[in-house]
Amino acid sequence: MSNYLNCKKGLFSWLFTRDHKRIALLYMITVFSFFIVGGFFALLIRLELFKVGETIVNSAFYNQLMTYHGAVMIFMVIIPGIPAFLGNFVLPLQIGAKDVAFPTVNLLSWYCLVIGAFVTLTSLFLGGVDTGWTFYTPYSIETGTAVIPVVLGAFIMGFSSILTGLNFIVTIHQLRAPGMSFFKMPLFVWSLYSTAIIQVLATPVLAITLLLLVAERVLKVGVFDPAMGGDPILFQHFFWFYSHPAVYIMILPAMGVISELICAFSRKRIFGYKALVFASLGIAVVSFFVWGHHMYVSGQSEWAGIVFSVLTMLVGVPTAVKIFNWIATMFRGSLKFDTPFLYALGFLFLFLIGGVTGYMLAVLPFDVHVHDTYFVVAHFHYVMVGGSIMGIMGGFYYWFPKMFGRLYNEGMGQLGFALIFIGFNVTFFPQFILGINGMPRRYADYKAPYEALNQISTVGSWLIALGFIVAFTFLLWAMFKGRKASANPWGAKTLEWQSSSPPPHENFLETPVVTKEAYE
Amino acid sequence: MSIDNSSFKTNLSVLIALLILTVITVLVAQVDFGIFNAFFAMLIAGIKGALVLMYFMHLKYDEKIYSLIFGISVFFVFVLYFFSKLDIITRIIQTSVL
Ligand SMILES: [Cu+2]
Repeated sequence: MSNYLNCKKGLFSWLFTRDHKRIALLYMITVFSFFIVGGFFALLIRLELFKVGETIVNSAFYNQLMTYHGAVMIFMVIIPGIPAFLGNFVLPLQIGAKDVAFPTVNLLSWYCLVIGAFVTLTSLFLGGVDTGWTFYTPYSIETGTAVIPVVLGAFIMGFSSILTGLNFIVTIHQLRAPGMSFFKMPLFVWSLYSTAIIQVLATPVLAITLLLLVAERVLKVGVFDPAMGGDPILFQHFFWFYSHPAVYIMILPAMGVISELICAFSRKRIFGYKALVFASLGIAVVSFFVWGHHMYVSGQSEWAGIVFSVLTMLVGVPTAVKIFNWIATMFRGSLKFDTPFLYALGFLFLFLIGGVTGYMLAVLPFDVHVHDTYFVVAHFHYVMVGGSIMGIMGGFYYWFPKMFGRLYNEGMGQLGFALIFIGFNVTFFPQFILGINGMPRRYADYKAPYEALNQISTVGSWLIALGFIVAFTFLLWAMFKGRKASANPWGAKTLEWQSSSPPPHENFLETPVVTKEAYE
Repeated sequence: MSIDNSSFKTNLSVLIALLILTVITVLVAQVDFGIFNAFFAMLIAGIKGALVLMYFMHLKYDEKIYSLIFGISVFFVFVLYFFSKLDIITRIIQTSVL
């Protein structure tokens, strides 16, 4: 039967496609390729930290490794990971549409990501960059390394994010199937909607900030230079005005995926649908009022610190609403522990640790002590990997049969999950202890008493790598050789499962009409 | 494309208003209001921006949702400005020796 994979052939039918499903697969290839690159940098970092003293890389190169690991993982993997890859594939299917509202713009945003990534990575051939992914002034203005291409690359990739967000907002407003009112939309759609609001509102501020940084370096305008009446801390305000909400660009869609997974594998209606919707929107709005929690010790005024500390704690409320609702959904459900559901449980467990330690860091006097230690590193890896990566992997396994019309190997999927989950905790839990004990982050070396825990952490990183090798190898194999999947292998209720696997070119042979609630 | 007379008239008066406001901007810049310098400059610029948006960019005649979306973006610009300014002003108060 003709489907979106085999309806056209040849490389150009992919590079110039305007089909949201094919664009999603282009994103899939891009995102996972960069994930391997960023992961490779991470492995090198952990390997260097295996022993006290300089071992495999010198400290200048270490600074570059940690910069590229951060920049690649954030701008090229996690930010496009769920919205642009999974969202692109699933969103139009879930609302019963033929495609997104602006298919050509959708393709353009993929090209923005690729071109931006290319520009960023050219810096590798210009001596690299060593500012950290945050590009803090004044160092980013003074350093002789290749800041400008990295920053311009991030600027271009920002447009990818803005265009995707814009496209999704219009799609959700205009292209819902007849009968699908706003409160009949699946929760993943709602989470993409909340994410899109942040993408559209916050990303332009990053673009302006990065351009100001370039202007500062090239033209010496003095916005961030105190000698010329500027303020270096202003850069951090601008930067975190984007980058804190960006954390929710990464985590909100993952939460949407988790809602779908928990609902499908508990075989129950979701508990508290509207509460989950408003929690998503609530997180999106609150995220704009808390950025100063990254700046407690930056020289920001104590008053601002106190205000941001209190506001930050508000984030805990909608987040807790979500976690309780997921647990209530699982309660008395008939749970089925397939790989996607394991990732959902992994998310709950890891994100809870990430979230609670985040709450600790929100408390100003506590943060002053652990600021710039490994405690912070452990915290945000629990949120980013434990949250976003668990979401990407869980969603990928869940929608894999829909994407390729084939089933993955369940045993190998579970093995991959076990290795990643155990490896992750072995890697990052010791870093909480290291941080509490005062090991500073971003340094190429450390004092001898920290060595034992660092070695445990490095061994953990090998387990994670092994886990992803297992997971990706068998997924790749299943793409071409897996058993054929039925239209709805999970018995899930949302619209995408009513279309065949893989779906036809325009998703549905006849436009679906929605009469029921999302999970009935 | 035909331009109907009334919209031509409105656009012309908006243009004249903008030119007058530009002259005012220059005049106001000659006077020193101390700490309020930026306030007056932003006030006039805000009025000009609003005129352009409402008439030249047709927000006034379009569906209300577009004005809403625009209003939300302006609000978030205000949030950015407000908290950054809060930091800077309280920093000055905190470190001031007066
Ligand atoms: Cu934050």
